[in-house]
Amino acid sequence: MNIANFLPSSAEYVRILPEIILTLVAVLIMFLEAVLKDNQKGFFPGLSIVGLVGAGAGALIAWGDPGPAFQNMLTIDGFATFFRLLVIGVGILVIFSSADYLRREGSPGGEYYALILFSIAGQSIMASANELIMIFIGLEISSIASYILAGYLRTDSRNNESALKYFLLGSFATAFLLYGVAWIYGITGSTNLSLIHQSLASASGSTALATAAAALLFVGFAFKISAVPFQTWAPDVYQGAPAPVTAFLTVGPKAAAFAILLRVFLTAFAPITAAWMPLVWGVALATMTVGNFAAILQSNVKRLLAYSSIAHAGYVLVAVTAHSGDGSAAAMFYLAAYALTNIGAFSVVAYFSRKGEQFVAVDDFAGLAQRQPGMAAMLTIFLLSLIGVPLTGGFFGKFYIFKAALDAHLVWLTVLGLLNSAAAAYYYLRLLVVMYFKEPGEAAENLPNPGAALRVAVYASAVGTLLLGIFPGWVLDFASKAALR
Amino acid sequence: MPFPFWITGVPFSWYLILSAVLFTLGVAGFLFRRNIITVFMSIELMLNAVNLSFVAFSYKLGQNDGHIFSFFVMVVAAAEAAVGLAIILTVFKNRQTLEIDEVSSLKN
Repeated sequence: MNIANFLPSSAEYVRILPEIILTLVAVLIMFLEAVLKDNQKGFFPGLSIVGLVGAGAGALIAWGDPGPAFQNMLTIDGFATFFRLLVIGVGILVIFSSADYLRREGSPGGEYYALILFSIAGQSIMASANELIMIFIGLEISSIASYILAGYLRTDSRNNESALKYFLLGSFATAFLLYGVAWIYGITGSTNLSLIHQSLASASGSTALATAAAALLFVGFAFKISAVPFQTWAPDVYQGAPAPVTAFLTVGPKAAAFAILLRVFLTAFAPITAAWMPLVWGVALATMTVGNFAAILQSNVKRLLAYSSIAHAGYVLVAVTAHSGDGSAAAMFYLAAYALTNIGAFSVVAYFSRKGEQFVAVDDFAGLAQRQPGMAAMLTIFLLSLIGVPLTGGFFGKFYIFKAALDAHLVWLTVLGLLNSAAAAYYYLRLLVVMYFKEPGEAAENLPNPGAALRVAVYASAVGTLLLGIFPGWVLDFASKAALR
Repeated sequence: MPFPFWITGVPFSWYLILSAVLFTLGVAGFLFRRNIITVFMSIELMLNAVNLSFVAFSYKLGQNDGHIFSFFVMVVAAAEAAVGLAIILTVFKNRQTLEIDEVSSLKN
């Protein structure tokens, strides 16, 4: 046996270029944080953006030469590239929306940017993983960095509580995921997704055990995407974490978790689709319903958006239930539209909440439209996209998902999903009404103008949301070509 | 007459049963214990139960993959413990308590 066969070729290193760039830049930032004086650290956001843009370029270069890497541990295909670019784009927007926030809270540390980059490196590994070991490692790289981010302002007791809950529930979920992996390994003798597929396709009789193992894996994923009944952590974590971090947590780790969920269930577990589909059907319906109806009761905007994020995970699960190429493409499009919309919405909330996040109640938004018409208009676009009004990305996202569900003959799920999105309009519109038709209260007094970086984050998200709603073909074509089937 | 297990070796299924019991104990500890450190230990117990399964399956299948996987689990568990204990420490500094029920200021 020749040892040279085990050494990775240079083409394989090119295929993990984004992860290499992200890790190097993050390590560099940690190093500079230690050696530089406090007044020399202003360039960290800029450096992170450069790193992320470089990683995005790396993802495109890697896509130029698709294929497996490192003994099939990773596979670089259109699907991986789509999610890599998505999480990298999320990172860029989040850094724009964080810079002002961190300065306002008096905590502009370099480790924040390093942690964001590490977390995105983990998500990028998840997007391209083709092996349960890589899925686990990518998930943990992403999660461990997110646990710290959730508690970033460590003297703030809300941040502590958020980090603690995220950490405990996240690790609990990981244990379930691993137990599922162990059983899959025991049943099929492999942790490679393609080999698992072959083994399950040829096996006879052991479907019951394989289904149980798939269910354990699904429990692990369901925690990460905050699906009912494993959503209880989400409102507390999203409410307690700093607003830009919440924006990141609701889209980055979630999109990556959906990427692995789609890859594992549509490729490795395709032979036992009949067994897992009813399970996902039920979870999708429960997630949409619980998310939407609990959101109606909320008076805190961050908590309201947290429940809305649960409901949106339910819509994406509808696309997973459809288990088709169209469903997979619809889920990808939806996650892209939702990422832009949600980062924009949380950025406005981060700006408006003021120092120490004092003003996050729905009623505090009264009169925002009179004081800051520009920001209010942007928040309106985001809320309309979350409702799914035409001309916004949210509309086409929902349209493609429900179309894919109908094509897969999921009539009841489609009907109940549409009813859900109608009910959801209520709580988004309530926020709009408060913002436009109520007299400004104490919260709108002396509102400073938003900083330049925050304006970039908000306007870029709004433009992206509208572009996806007016020219959905650009992203959808890519998603359809890259979709798993 | 068949030999008893201490002569023939422990049957394979016993490892899996032990692993399932440990995992269930971990879940029960996570759900019912109220001290944050104990809850965290329960998670570690679950991870070690998983490791036992990996090693047992690996032995049964005559492969090394499961052993390697259990190494990764240990490494990640160590990283998680470092971050987790730091988080628990900040919670304790701010609230002077390790009772999980008292860490519940976030609500509607």
